[in-house]
Amino acid sequence: MWRDAWLVAGRDLRIEARSRVALWQVLPFAILVLFLFAFSFGPQRSQLVSSAPGLFWLALLFSTVLFAQRSRALEGSPATRESTRLLGLDPAGVFLGKMMALSVELVLLEILLTLGVIFLFHVVVMSWLILVSSCLLAALGLSAVSVLYGALSGESRMRATLLPVLMLPIAAPVLIAGVRSFQAALEQGGGLGGRWVGVLAVFSVVYSALGIGLYGALEEN
Amino acid sequence: MRQRLYKALGPVAFVLVLLTVWLGLFVTPPDVDQGELVRLVYIHPALAWVALYVAFGMAALCSVLYLWPRTRSMVFDYLAAAAVEVGVVFTILTLITGSIWGRPTWGVWWTWDARLTSTALLGVLFLGYLALRRVPADPHVRARRCAVAALFAAVDVPIVHFSVLWWQTLHQGATVLNSNLTPTIHGSMAWTLLLSFVAFTLVFVWMVIARYRIEVIRVAGQDVALEAAIASRRAEGVPS
Repeated sequence: MWRDAWLVAGRDLRIEARSRVALWQVLPFAILVLFLFAFSFGPQRSQLVSSAPGLFWLALLFSTVLFAQRSRALEGSPATRESTRLLGLDPAGVFLGKMMALSVELVLLEILLTLGVIFLFHVVVMSWLILVSSCLLAALGLSAVSVLYGALSGESRMRATLLPVLMLPIAAPVLIAGVRSFQAALEQGGGLGGRWVGVLAVFSVVYSALGIGLYGALEEN
Repeated sequence: MRQRLYKALGPVAFVLVLLTVWLGLFVTPPDVDQGELVRLVYIHPALAWVALYVAFGMAALCSVLYLWPRTRSMVFDYLAAAAVEVGVVFTILTLITGSIWGRPTWGVWWTWDARLTSTALLGVLFLGYLALRRVPADPHVRARRCAVAALFAAVDVPIVHFSVLWWQTLHQGATVLNSNLTPTIHGSMAWTLLLSFVAFTLVFVWMVIARYRIEVIRVAGQDVALEAAIASRRAEGVPS
């Protein structure tokens, strides 16, 4: 399973590195979301600082939907799925591989967004441990949900509109826990951030386990 | 026999709802604290009971039965879809009646209470399920995807149930199904409340059967149309 996972993760990341869709489309979109939110709130520094955790996680969630569409599109063609079947790849390995590739992309996006809120919204992070752990766990959880719901929404032309409707309500706990842990990371000592990081860990473990168990059934024709 | 039962079910459910309304509005007394506002208790909890536990519970059970290879049958897929469709209607009605109660009690139509928010989220999750059903796909592929989506969405049901205990926000705790199983409602109010649960459950059952029958007829109609189209194409190819 792990050998297949590394294989699929390497393939997805290589395709992304060559096509640069993430670099030229998703990352600019995420920054654009930050700018648009800032425009809507106005230039008051206190308001920007207090709303920064919410804006960070909303920008991340919206961008995750684009990443999820992209990740699914890589599996989309019948030829790709046929060759995956012919290679005898373990579905759980394919799920884990896609999840790992997406997690790497999401972590890069989180780094960019963190720099964005620090630079644009004048945020001062007090507890980096809370922030980094919540971002890593959220990346795992969101990537698991993205791969799973990408498979659920299938190959139809409706996927572009269907995926956000299916995915965003499921990702609501990540938004809540992420915002709370980000707010805690802005406080001296980290506050109750540890509890919310725990919620993110449970979310990631549950959806990773569900994905490993159900991805094969969803990919059957 | 089944046909007769189904035909009787609708009028029985309708009469029971009317009886609930009559008891709730004219027979039961006003509450000491809530006054006349308490009369919403004969509708709102029953709607929530049907939406959360009966409808989405049935959807989850039918989805498991569909996914389980030994019990796999399209009947369970149709039943799950019917339960979700009716369940979403009941969820919306639950939120509307809750909002009508909330305005005079809390002073707002909507508040970000844990019970309200998780119920609304549940409604949106099952709306996603209904959207997924409309994606064109092989019936079995669609049934499998929808069954998995229903199980994911059903995870929210226990969160909604326990939300009043976990977060202790504005929404009151359970009146009947509380942790001590000691109802905090008595007399004619308790009987009317019980009747409302029976009445709305019967309405749900009647609606689900009706929706299931429509789905069976729709699928049969599709098959007939397909067979007619094939026969017509074959006839075109035969020289006269």
